[in-house]
Amino acid sequence: MAIFVDEGTRVVVQGLTGGQGRYHGLRNRAYGTRVVAGVSPKKAGIDVEGIPVVASVQEAVDAHQANASFVVVPPAAAAGAILEAATAGLAFIVCITEGIPAKDEARVYNALVNDHPGVRLLGPNCPGVISPGKCNIGITAGEIAQLPTAGGPNVGIVSRSGTLTYQALYELKQKEIGVSTCVGIGGDPVPGTSFVDCLAAFEEDAETDAILMIGEIGGSAEEEAAEFVAAHVTKPMSAYIAGVTAPPGKKMGHAGAIVSGGKGTAQGKMDALAAAGVQVGRNPTEAGELMAEIVASLS
Amino acid sequence: MDLMEYQGKQVFARYGIEVSPGDVARTADEAVAVAQRVGYPVVVKAQVHIGGRGKAGGVKLAHDAEETRFHAGNILGLDIRGHVVSVLWVEHASDIAEEYYASFTLDRSAKKHLGMLSAQGGVDIEAVAASAPDAIARVWVDPTVGLTTEQARAWVEAARLNPAATDGAVDILLTLYRCYVDGDCDLAEINPLILTPDGQVKALDAKVSLDDNAAFRHPEWEAFAGTEDLDERERLAKEKHLQYVGLDGTVGIIANGAGLAMSTVDVVSQVGGTPANFLDIGGGANAAVMAAALEVIESDDKVRAIFINIFGGITRGEEVANGIVQALGRFTPRSPIVIRLDGTNAEEGRRILEPHLSDRLVSQPTMLDAARQAVALAGTVA
Repeated sequence: MAIFVDEGTRVVVQGLTGGQGRYHGLRNRAYGTRVVAGVSPKKAGIDVEGIPVVASVQEAVDAHQANASFVVVPPAAAAGAILEAATAGLAFIVCITEGIPAKDEARVYNALVNDHPGVRLLGPNCPGVISPGKCNIGITAGEIAQLPTAGGPNVGIVSRSGTLTYQALYELKQKEIGVSTCVGIGGDPVPGTSFVDCLAAFEEDAETDAILMIGEIGGSAEEEAAEFVAAHVTKPMSAYIAGVTAPPGKKMGHAGAIVSGGKGTAQGKMDALAAAGVQVGRNPTEAGELMAEIVASLS
Repeated sequence: MDLMEYQGKQVFARYGIEVSPGDVARTADEAVAVAQRVGYPVVVKAQVHIGGRGKAGGVKLAHDAEETRFHAGNILGLDIRGHVVSVLWVEHASDIAEEYYASFTLDRSAKKHLGMLSAQGGVDIEAVAASAPDAIARVWVDPTVGLTTEQARAWVEAARLNPAATDGAVDILLTLYRCYVDGDCDLAEINPLILTPDGQVKALDAKVSLDDNAAFRHPEWEAFAGTEDLDERERLAKEKHLQYVGLDGTVGIIANGAGLAMSTVDVVSQVGGTPANFLDIGGGANAAVMAAALEVIESDDKVRAIFINIFGGITRGEEVANGIVQALGRFTPRSPIVIRLDGTNAEEGRRILEPHLSDRLVSQPTMLDAARQAVALAGTVA
């Protein structure tokens, strides 16, 4: 078990013939991910180191039984690519593209909710998802993810920031703690998948015994997650919130990361999570140590 | 990008939102020329990236050329809480019957566009939200549908504006929504939105913030380049396309990814140091990007040590290492550098760095160790 992706996931890479798409698509395949096709309307017919390139996502579904997409296209083309994948019937779409206009993100999110309710979009501007040993879609370096421990306990990871997702994987790897699935939801204002979506999935997942959550300043996603944890999550959790020392009113790189009017502060988020029973660390290492204690108590 | 009032009004004008006739002036003579053109009385308004201009003496009414020259002369050069006025907006003064508030922004929780409208305008809307939350009528707009006329009318009625303002308000709100969406604004705010004694509804002020990610489809935004409220370090970083926020400390920080950069700032503080900045080099750090990042960090005189914190995903370890080595070939920093490198191809990266390590270029295995050493170096280097 795992969440969102596993051995049965068959990935089409939209943008496989571009520099980033080729690099990460091939890396994902080298990890063991079943990358069954690439899409490029202009380069259909060629192959990228044996991966066939077709003209449309629909063709990748029909001819290669793709059931998930990895979108690696420039910002101006991302909204169209995501909707093409949803229209072709893919239920899981990962988009790593950074710099998509907020209006496009809001439009795509609502179009998916209205017209493609069964589709899950992860991202945009996210590192992707890895179920170690099974499937890796996105830009995570597979070797830093610890394989799940047979019989558990295993930890599910969910994080807003890309590099902090890797940091979290790394902390658990150092401690040889098994990982069921690691999801990076992305730092943009309108992420397709929220903390709550991931927490709900981890709570249901038989392989996941505990959850490590990495949030950051801005918005109210972590507060919403805390409410959900208090009401619905029975599995033990540790967490870290980045941006404790961020000055108010300044955008810290991520479009979403801005503290305004005393709302969205790291302290407020840490307090909300602690009140919901989550062990909150002051940095990624401390959150990892808290998770190690949780895992020791479960073993 | 946050715009000043006159730039916001240029955006409004592009989408057909009614504003009072006016123009920009950079000298008292120019202000008088604008005033003659638009007709007295005029309002002379300081253009700065900060609110509370009126209270600071940055907004004045003038009835003739002499008064216009006097006020323009006083306001130009005025220091409004650290923002020195170099540009004025001069417009024909409007008769005001009532003042309202209107805005559109993104509701990140609802994932829909949020319109806010209040009969209590001309004041700080956050104060209204705190003292009389019911005085703000809200409407949530599905981006795939857009704001409909019926929805706008019900919204205006819910805000209990003067009935004389209803039709004008519906029109201007529909236009403001189009400006907000098609104009790729993160925020489009009119405060105050006024009703004139003869029943017109128009924008007396404009607060617009643009979504930088949408710049590729707005060549007209070129006109706003270089007018942002940035300190020297931030301006240099922007020129070099780096995500930079200036802070006050002595440890310069370079990291890849916004989250890791934020976390690096946190960790440096937690081990007793003071971060000089937040700097995210993003994905794909080549020598040019790394050299640019070091140059920006070193333009800050307070910096005593530099902490480069890289965890490879898109950014590959060997690229970063080569970038650092080549950057140091072009540019010799005053401050010692501590590097922590992990993730994609990190071992190859560390091998590349190995022959270049010295007491000026140190490698540490973990984020905490690296932060501690950077803080120690910042404390000991004169």
